[in-house]
Formats: sequence, C-alpha cells, structure tokens
Amino acid sequence: MATKIERDEISGTDTTGHEWDGIKELNTPLPKWWLYTFYACVIWALGYTVFYPAWPMISGATPGVLGYSSRAELVKTVDVAKAAQKENLDKIAAASVEDILKDEKLLAFARAGGAAAFKVNCVQCHGAGAAGSVGYPNLNDDDWLWGGQPEQIHTTLKNGIRYVQNADTRVMDMPVFGPDPANGNAAVLKPEEIASVANFVMTLSGGEADAAKAAAGKELYATNCASCHGDTGLGNKDMGAPNLTDKIWLYGGKIENVEAQISKPRVGVMPAWSARLDEATIKQLAVYVHALGGGEAPVAQ
Amino acid sequence: MGAGSLVQMGLWALLALLAITMGAKAEDLPFAVHMYIFAAAALLALVFKARSFGKPAPDTSGYLDGVVRYGAIITVFWGVVGFLVGVVVALQLAFPGWNPDLEWFNFGRLRPLHTSAVVFAFGGNALITTSFYVVQRTNRTRLALGNLSWFVFWGYQLFIVLAATGYLLGVTEGREYAEPEWYVDLWLTIVWVAYFLVFFGTLLQRKESHIYVANWFYLSFIVTIAMLHIVNNLSIPVSIFGSKSYSAFSGVQDALTQWWYGHNAVGFFLTAGFLGMMYYFVPKRVERPVYSYRLSIVHFWSLIFLYIWAGPHHLHYTALPDWAQTLGMVFSIMLWMPSWGGMINGLMTLSGAWDKLRTDPVLRMMVISVAFYGMSTFEGPMMSIKAVNSLSHYTDWTIGHVHSGALGWVGMISMGCMYHLIPRLWGQKEVYSLRLVSWHVWLSTLGIVVYASAMWVSGIMQGLMWREYDDQGFLVYSFAETVAAMHPYYVIRAFGGLLFLVGALIMVYNLYRTIGGQRPVKVAVPGAALAAAE
Repeated sequence: MATKIERDEISGTDTTGHEWDGIKELNTPLPKWWLYTFYACVIWALGYTVFYPAWPMISGATPGVLGYSSRAELVKTVDVAKAAQKENLDKIAAASVEDILKDEKLLAFARAGGAAAFKVNCVQCHGAGAAGSVGYPNLNDDDWLWGGQPEQIHTTLKNGIRYVQNADTRVMDMPVFGPDPANGNAAVLKPEEIASVANFVMTLSGGEADAAKAAAGKELYATNCASCHGDTGLGNKDMGAPNLTDKIWLYGGKIENVEAQISKPRVGVMPAWSARLDEATIKQLAVYVHALGGGEAPVAQ
Repeated sequence: MGAGSLVQMGLWALLALLAITMGAKAEDLPFAVHMYIFAAAALLALVFKARSFGKPAPDTSGYLDGVVRYGAIITVFWGVVGFLVGVVVALQLAFPGWNPDLEWFNFGRLRPLHTSAVVFAFGGNALITTSFYVVQRTNRTRLALGNLSWFVFWGYQLFIVLAATGYLLGVTEGREYAEPEWYVDLWLTIVWVAYFLVFFGTLLQRKESHIYVANWFYLSFIVTIAMLHIVNNLSIPVSIFGSKSYSAFSGVQDALTQWWYGHNAVGFFLTAGFLGMMYYFVPKRVERPVYSYRLSIVHFWSLIFLYIWAGPHHLHYTALPDWAQTLGMVFSIMLWMPSWGGMINGLMTLSGAWDKLRTDPVLRMMVISVAFYGMSTFEGPMMSIKAVNSLSHYTDWTIGHVHSGALGWVGMISMGCMYHLIPRLWGQKEVYSLRLVSWHVWLSTLGIVVYASAMWVSGIMQGLMWREYDDQGFLVYSFAETVAAMHPYYVIRAFGGLLFLVGALIMVYNLYRTIGGQRPVKVAVPGAALAAAE
C-alpha cells in the first residue's frame, strides 16, 4: 500500500503513512525523559562494570577497580562475625556451666547463643517452645528425668540418653513386666497384677484409681518398682527413674497409658550432641535449657 | 488432495504404531501412559483425515479463523484450570493438611501443573490464537501452509496434556518452566517449528509492504523460544523407552542455562509475545493511531537485545562467577527503559481517547494490564540489583513479582483480547454484557493487589527474619518460625487468587452467553475480491 502521511488532529503529529487493518502509527519522537533515562541506565551499567568484575576475557574476567569478590566478601563478613564472638566463646568453652551462670555477661551471651542453637537442633523433638510432647520431655517444668542441675543438663546434652554410639551415654531401661518377646514371652507380672500396680501408681499423684486394685498393687509396687522409683514414688535421677508423684507423664497419664508403660515400656533416645556441636555450643544449650523455667540450683557433690 | 492425504494418513499410522511399540517396551509406567496417549492422538488424527475423503474441498478463501475460534475457547478453558490449580496450591501452602496422601495431588506436583497451565496452556494458547488472528489481519492474507495451523493447535494441546499428566505422575526434569521430559520436549520442538513455518510463511505472502510492529514481537517470541527450548532441554535419556533424562550440562553451567532459559521465557514468551498482542488490540480498541512508531522500533530492538543477557540475575550470590552476576544485573538495569517503551506506547495510544476508559471496560482491562506491566518491569530491574536481591531472593517477594506480571499483565491483556476477539469471531459487535466485564476487571484488579501486597509484606518480612541477628551475634529466628509468621499472608494470598478466579468464571459465563446460539462468521480478505476482479 502506498505511503500516505496524514496529520493526526488530536496530537498534531504526522502518521508514518502506513495502515494495517485500520491501525495507523504516529511518528512521535522518542520521549526525552525516556531516552535520557535509558542513556543514564546504560552509563550507570558501564560504570558499574569498571568497578566490579565484569568483562569476560580469555582466562577469567576483568576484576574491577574495587577488587570486589563475593567469596572474599563472604569470608570477611564471617570472619568479622566470628571475631566478635570469639572472646565469649573461648571463655565459655573453658568455663564450667556453673561458672557461666555466675558471670552476668557470659550468661547473657550463653542464653542468646543457646536460644539460637536450640532453634536449630532441639525444636524438632522438644518443640519450638520447649514444651515437648508425648515421649519428648517438657523442658519448661521442674521435673527432670536425669537431673536439672546445670552440670547434669550439660552431661545429658553431651552424651545423650540411650545413645549407644556414645560410650558415656546415660543408660537405664525400665524392665518389661508384661510378656517379654526377648524372654520367650515370659511375664514378670500377670495382666491383673499390672492393673493393680497401675492403679496404685495413680494414687501416688492423687489421680483417679480403683481403691481395691490400688490396695492390691501396693505390695507389688514395693517388690517390683520401689527399687528404682523409690518407696514413695519420688523417682531417682541417677538412674533416670521418673518421679511418679507429680502428675507429669511422659507417655500419658491415663490408667491405660500407665498399664502399657509397665507392661511394655517405651523408652526414648536423645542424641549425644558432642558428636555434632562444639563444647561452647553445648554449654550454651545447657545454660539456655537450665533457664527455661525449671533449672535446679547446683548442689555440691 | 488424494495422494497427499494418503501420505499423511500413512504417517499418522506409522506414528501410532511407533508409539504403541514404545509403550509396550516402556520401562516405567508414566512413559507407557504417555506413549499410549501419543498413539491415541495419532489414531484420532488418522480417523479425522480418513473422514475427510470424498467430501468437497473446503473453502479456503477468506481468513482461516476456525483455528482462532478453537484457540480462543481453549485459552479461556486453560486459564480457568490454571487459576483454579493456583488457588488450590495457595491453600495447600496456607494449610499444609490440605496436601492429600495421594502423591499425585500434593503441592510438589501441583505447583508445576499450575505454573505450566498458566504460562504455557493459558498464555501459550492466547499467544498462538491471537498471533494467528493478527498476522492474517495485518498482512491481509490467509494463514500459510493449508491446515498446518490446525496441526499447531492440536499438537500444542497434546503437548499440554503430556506435560500436565507427566507432572501428576511424577515425571519431571526439575527445570523450572521446562519440567517436561525429553520426549515431550521433542514433540514440542516439532509443533514449534510448524508454528514458525505457519507464522513466517504468512508474513512472506503478505499483501502489505511493511510488517506491522505486532508481528515483529510475535516473530521474535517464536524464534527465540525455539532457541531457548532446544538449548535448555539438551539432555540424554537414560533409556529411549523410559521417561528419565539427564541434562547435557552440569553444575553451575546447568544452572545458568536453566536461568538463561527461565528469564527469557519471561522475556520472550511473557513479554515480547504479549506486547505483540498489545500492539494490535489496544489501538484497535481505542481506535487511535499507535503513539510512536519510532519508540516501537527503538524499544523493540533494545528490548530483545538486552533481555537475553539478563538471566544470571536469578543466580546472584551463588557459585556463578561474579562477572556473570554483574552481567545479569547491569543488563537488567538497562532493560528498564526498553521495557517501559512498550508501556508508553500502550498507554499513550489512549491520548485523545482517555474518556473511553469510562465507557469501555474491555479497554480498561487492557490499560490496567499495561499498568501492571509497567510496574513489574520496574520491580524486576530493581530486584536484580544485588543489594536488593540479597534481601528479596528466595522469598515470597519473587512470587509476588511474578504474579503481578502474570496475573496483571499476561492474564489481563489476554482476557481483554478475548473479550474483543470472541464476539467478532462469532459475528457479534460486543460481548453479552459489558457490566459483567466491569465486574471482572475490578475483581481481578482487587485480587492482584491483594495477592501482590500480601507477598510483598510476607516476602520482605521473611527476608528480614532470615537475616536478623541479636546483639550477641546470634540468629534470632528458626526457619520454622519464619514459616509460621507467613501463615496469615498465605491465607490473604489465597483469597486474592480466589477473587481473580471468580472474575475469570464471570468471564466464562459472559463469553458463553456471547457465543451461545451464534454461528461462526467467515471473513473475506480485504482487497482480495478487488484483486480477483482486476
């Protein structure tokens, strides 16, 4: 089609003289602000390539006058961050947990570091608020299976519980009182005996229980359970035997939960963190967990 | 016709046999399923061809609009599917319990289904459909190469079905926006070459001396996507009877190839192609000349030259060498104005006719889409700046950015074009109800604003939480805490997506009432009758 330039009356601009399916185009010049902004971007871009690594050459690229490298920058940032923490971390690694608790500055640092490490390593089992769940102890209360003194918590963290890869791990298993597959399904207690003991255990914390069964269970408790859980059911932290008088239950506080735990006990495993975390981090975790609410005061051994 | 048809039928039969054989020897279930889908498609093509025997040769005068009509309907269909799956995955993110125990429908498999449904099924069909419409009108000639355009249409739908079923069956290359495996890639290559031939052939037989700007954009989209698709999908199948393949590249080279592809899928598929749509439908709707021919030339060439280098900005602060990161960043900055050239030409074409925005909701939809285009093409270069990227990368901000482009620009320009196109294809002056269009416009705009703002807040919060240190130098938040903090924004985002979906459903009803009971119209090529008479 022949070129037929017209003047557009509204804008006062000429068209290019072409038409496609009724569409025409104006020959408006490039908007100045657009063009100059474009130029500015190009100049800025070229300038940037002078300062930073940019132009690829045969081997490598131009390094840029600032000598910037993202790896070097990262190393520098990490070094600065490490240096800022070094003094405190060194002190913590060398000190005992009890000493850390006495040093206000170290304590504040260790609590912050412990909180950060807890979020990465511990929340998966103990929960974001450290409240635990069935099978995973609540760390906010004052009920401790293996002791709530600073050094006890530290030992638990370091060596784990029933974590066989660690030679010093805390080990104690509740015996199986029901039919034991490892022992030809022989049972220490008959089902009705287990029911009796369970009812008696419920009475230790003032829970609901069948009085007759509980009375029958008293004798059985003294014979089978008291050696670990104590005559009055207060437990024994040296062997990880839980306190049965506090209404805090790891595997549930209903009568059937207690029966199941006597008949076929479940036991938990906690990893030995010495295999994964450094000493300073483990101590910070011990400080943090101790401070969660139920930490016990250190007792001289 | 006779011999040619027989050859064609023979080819379809061969293809069906080949697919059945490969299906029988398949080493995994998804491959077998896909081969039988191939075989079924080939047999359908064979039957369809056989039925045309003995019938009079179809009328090939006038524009070939049948394929455009099918394309318009399928565009709307895939759009609704894509939006619906989007709402589902948004809810799965907000409420993880909504991931069923069936692996086919969990988030990991539905997410690529959503992105591909929107980008390739909805966006791709919108592009193919409008390009077939526009290239005929602006060159005053029927689509070239007989019925090859029908092959492109059905072949592309087959590609979509293979891709979608593959995702649900767990078949993936693990490359974003390029998840389908090697045999589906091969099929798409064949379809895409056919698409190029139809489009380019039509350009060659044009009756206009100059090629209209919309066609430059469409052509750059078709050619560049072919190149990107082939290079990014270079891979070696573990077995030619199995669905798994491994990339020809490894490590950071592979990552860079992927993002060179990924970014230009945005640049040439979602930008250049849709600018082609804008350059035809906006002036057509406004009935005003395009604002600036010169700007269209300069922004076209600068856009396509600069876009192709910007991909490395997806890999800031990774193993990618610093110089390549610089390259990605500075080209992205330079890209800002070339991208805005399209926005200026789109918006300024309305000068002298701004009042039409009050009366024409279809135009309003197109203009809002151009505004979203301008916003996201500013946001993109900004996010490519390394200092900004160190906060925004890997956060929801990126998701918000993508969606203001995809819902705002791509979605609304496509649906605006469908509102213009569909009545005309069925001989109507206008859609059934402009009032409903207006509802659609405001619902989707509101939906996008809700969506994007929720993602800005959640993304920036997420980025800040990740990097927050206390005064002792320890990280303050665990990852799970940052996830929990985003929950309310995930709910708001799902609501925004729902508004967008509801708008699209209103469109479906409106278009259904527009088409219902109407007959397709045949449009003569203007000037053709004149030429014949001479």
